[in-house]
Parts: sequence; C-alpha cells; structure tokens
Amino acid sequence: MGLIQWATDPWGLSVPIHIAWFLIWVALIAGIAFLIGHVVYVRYFAKPRQFTADPPTPSETEIPERVARHSIAARTFHWIMAASMLVLLFTAFLPKAGVQFDWVTYHWIAGTVLTASILFHVFHASFWLDFGSIWPDRIDMKDAWHRTRAFFGRPAPLPRRFAKYPLENKLYHGAIMIVGTAVIATGICMMFRIRTIFFTRDPYLLSDMTWGTIYVLHGLAGVGLIALIIVHIYFGVRPEKQPITKSMIFGWMSREFYLDEHDPARWIVSRQQASRTPVASRSED
Amino acid sequence: MAVIRDVMPSFDLLQPNSADEARNILAQRGSDAWVLAGGLDSFDWLKDRIKRPKVVVDLSGVDELRGIRVKSDGVEIGAMTTLTEVAQNPVIRENYGVLADAASMVASPQIRNQGTIGGNLSQDTRCWYYRAGWPCYRAGGNICYADTPEGRNREHAILGADRCVAVNPSDTAPAFIVLDAKFVIRSRKDERVIDAEDYFIGPDVDITRLHVLQPGELFTAVRIPFTWASSRFYFEKIRDRNVWDFPLLNVASAMFVSNGRIDRVRIAVNAAAARPLRLKSVERAVRGMPPDAATGEMAGKRAVQGAVPLQFNAYKIPLMRNLVKRAIGGVEEAKWA
Repeated sequence: MGLIQWATDPWGLSVPIHIAWFLIWVALIAGIAFLIGHVVYVRYFAKPRQFTADPPTPSETEIPERVARHSIAARTFHWIMAASMLVLLFTAFLPKAGVQFDWVTYHWIAGTVLTASILFHVFHASFWLDFGSIWPDRIDMKDAWHRTRAFFGRPAPLPRRFAKYPLENKLYHGAIMIVGTAVIATGICMMFRIRTIFFTRDPYLLSDMTWGTIYVLHGLAGVGLIALIIVHIYFGVRPEKQPITKSMIFGWMSREFYLDEHDPARWIVSRQQASRTPVASRSED
Repeated sequence: MAVIRDVMPSFDLLQPNSADEARNILAQRGSDAWVLAGGLDSFDWLKDRIKRPKVVVDLSGVDELRGIRVKSDGVEIGAMTTLTEVAQNPVIRENYGVLADAASMVASPQIRNQGTIGGNLSQDTRCWYYRAGWPCYRAGGNICYADTPEGRNREHAILGADRCVAVNPSDTAPAFIVLDAKFVIRSRKDERVIDAEDYFIGPDVDITRLHVLQPGELFTAVRIPFTWASSRFYFEKIRDRNVWDFPLLNVASAMFVSNGRIDRVRIAVNAAAARPLRLKSVERAVRGMPPDAATGEMAGKRAVQGAVPLQFNAYKIPLMRNLVKRAIGGVEEAKWA
C-alpha cells in the first residue's frame, strides 16, 4: 500500500500522479485521535497550570478593562482565510468521499481568495503589526524545555506567563504557514492545467514528473491541513481557550484573562495606547 | 505503452440466470465486478488489458432483462434488449419514432444485433487517449492529453468540458431524453427510477464516470411514458462514415405543434459534451413560436452559446447550430442554408 499513486505516462516513464486517497482518512483519524487523546489527558491527567511568581502587576489604571488583541483587519483576514480554507477542504475531499458535485470551480475560486488574503496578511503583518510577536523567542524555548521536563516528572523551574501568543500558537502558525505555502504554491501551478480566468491553460508547461510531484505535494499538504484544521477548531471551542476565540471575533480579551495568562512584561499593554484605538494595546495583531 | 490485443487477462466469469441473482453477485463483488451486456465496449477494454476486473458478470442469460413490454402508462424496454429489436419493434416505431431512428443508426447491423440498449446508454467514452490506457483525468490521473495544442481532439467536447474533454458517444441517449424516459436501477437493497437526463454526469461531477451507475447496481430497464408518443420527432446523426461510426454530433427532438405554433418541445444533443445535453433554454425560447426557418435559426444560435472549441473541433459549433435548426424546422430546413 503506497502513499503515492503512480502511473505510466505515454513515454513509458513511471510518474507520480497524486497521493493515495486513503491518506484523507489517515489525516481525519489522526486529527480526531489527537483531540480525543487531549480531552482524556486534560480531564484525567493534566496538573493545574502553574507559572512562575507573579510579575509586578501594573496598576489598574494602566491596564484597560478590554485588552485589544486583534485589529479589525487581522480578524477580517482570519475569518476570510478560515472560510476559504474550509471551502477548499470540503471541495477537495468530499468528492473523494463519494459526495459528487461540480467542485473544481469552487475550489480554484476559494484558492484564489485564500491566496489573496494571505498576501494581504503578509503585507499587513510586515508593516502594520508587531511582526515578531508570532515567532518563538528564547524565553519560549526555555520555558518549553522546562514544561517538557515537568511533564515527565523531572525537576524544572516554573515557566513564565506567555507573551502575546503562547508557544503552541506560534508553532501552529508556523505549521500552517509551511503547509499553507505548499498548498498555495502547488495550487497556483495546478491552475495552469484547468480553465480559469487567470492563465492560458498549458498542461505541458512542466514535465510529467514535475507535475506529478506538484500534485503529490498539493495532496500531502491538503491532507495535512485536514488534521491541522481539526486541531485548530478543537482548541477554538475548548472552554479555557474561549477568551482567545472571542478575541478573534470581538478583538479584545478581558483584563483578568490577560493578567492570568500573559506576562505584562512580554506583552506590554497600557492605557496610553488605548487613547489611539477604541481598545488598548501596543500590538494590534 | 505496450497494449496486448489478443488475450484477455483472466477473470471469473459468472453467468446469472435471473436479475435477482445478478444483483446479489454485483452487491457481493462491488467494484471488483464488471457487467457484461452485449460486450461491444467491454471486450475492447478487456482485450486491451486496460480494465482488469476480477469478476465479469455476463447478463446474456437473464431473460427478464430482455424484451419490450407495453404497460398502461407507457412502454418498458429491458436493458438487455438489442438495438435491432428496438429499431424494428412496431410499437416503438409507431409511437417513438425518434428512438427507432436513433437505434437504427447505431454502428452497423451486426453490432446492433449484439449491442443492447443498456450497453449503448452506459458505454464509456471513445476518447483514444483514455482508451489507450494513458493516465488522463478520466483514468484517475492529472492531465487531459486531448485538450492540448497538439492533442487530437476533432471528436471532443465543445460544451461542458471540465479538465476532461471526452464526449458521450450514445445515439439513443438524446432520444430517451426527449421522450422523458425513466431508467430503472436496482441494487440488492432497493430500486431507484431516475430521469434519463439525470442518468448521465459530466466531469464536473465525476470525472471518471459518464453515468450515475454505482458498483453493485444493475441497470434493468427503460420506461418510456406515453407523454411524447406520436409527437413530431426529429433525429439526425452526423458521422464520418455513414456505414459505421460513432456520432460526431447527433440531435433528437420531440414537439407538439398546435395552430402552427410549438406547444411543447424537448430537444437534446449528444457528442457535444461528456453528457447528453437537453437544451432547455432552446425549448423555452421556441415555445409558442412557429416551427419555421426563423425559429430554427434563433434556436441554433442559442444552442451553441457558451461553446468553447478545441484546436480541431471548431466545426462542431456550426454543425450543432445547423442540427438544432433542422430539429426545430424539420428536414426541409436543410435547404435553407
């Protein structure tokens, strides 16, 4: 049982044509298995989360009641990306699961929307947002090491509270960035093989082997997204994560949640910034 | 690609004696089974060793799938009824002349003696890239060899193409569509009856199949209501060789005319797309109009709206325009141009 479907092209060469479709079910089962495992772990085994001693708390007057986390532009991008991603997944894999419909047009249109939204995000995040806030820093790595040791019962100092984004968020962002880039880059190439409004169709643009590799990469990235999206939605609806999910809807989180989860020294929020925006935050992503 | 055209790969040959037995076998063997009706499409695939089923279910011994039966509300044709029987049956000739004409124009007399109605409706496309066993979209791959600047696509689609540009080659399909026929499909669990036009699917829905028949299902009969019986019919098939060939394009129409105006009409074409196309916009446009030259011209132009020619099949656009024109006005309209 191979992971890749091969075929013989008209010139007698053995070329890959796409992934083996059972990988869809592998990704689906892996995503569901993760969330079941996580539910069981949190319910029966997880210890209460502990952080290092509280940092000096800023005075009430310095921290606004509503701490801005995501600007309207960032939230709009997120939900457009989410909608297009779901359309892409459903249009790609439902036909393989036996639900037949005219999927190709919806698929490339959703792919175009996703590409445009991500281009916007890259540009927006590079020049208007706190670009560094989403990348793991040295403290994240150090704390991750301490948390890992503690998980296995080894002595380790307590970790610090999070910066604007917990390490898990940052790692997820990195994974979705890699997989998303792969699926978009290969998807744009594949648009040369179908009739769209963008390119003149040219299936001989690349060799059969290169095309096959592109199709395989697109498929692998696609099934990877199944598992990643399941995990993302799962964490989005978990009770303890709902303040974060709500902040992606309304743009802000409460002062209490901010002080419970985040380190004011690593994510600086002050009422001073509040005067510039409806809600207060230094960084706007 | 080496293709062996002599010896078929080995398979288990099962020959049920009843439709129930056939259904049970198909249900048990699922996608491993290949249904053999007249064998005219099947043996190409098997001898070329491109399709390699584990089991071939030969329906030739199932008598209940044969014959033409007159019912209270129409006529039922068993799926294993030969094309010759359909073409020569007096009830069909009297009431459904368009079907008799279509069946009589399929291939050659020998093929019509062997070929069945179910097989003619369910046969696979004749795209040679696909039938040569190349890994095209229809074969589960990721390319259409016909839709390229160098591709030989004279016989391919001008409408409804979606990655694959192969066409449906059935002559009887458009006739059944204009007669508002229903196809009876049975599985071990249930029976479903679907409109003729819904039996066929394009690549936008499923690129690997031309129809909705699933593994485990058996196409048992066609039911034709009396709705369009003895209406004004037209069928015309254009092919390279009149003695024996698949259609480059065909058209079928049925209409009722009252007071010199088209009262009701159905019109369908095939070999223009991967599925036979019922031209509903044309039907709407000509309703209430006289079946004359002007109406035919208008209908023809409307029929080809949205057509996209490939490198070598642009001729199909005026061909389809003229066939639709004649289907509305009748054979005398051939003199107009």
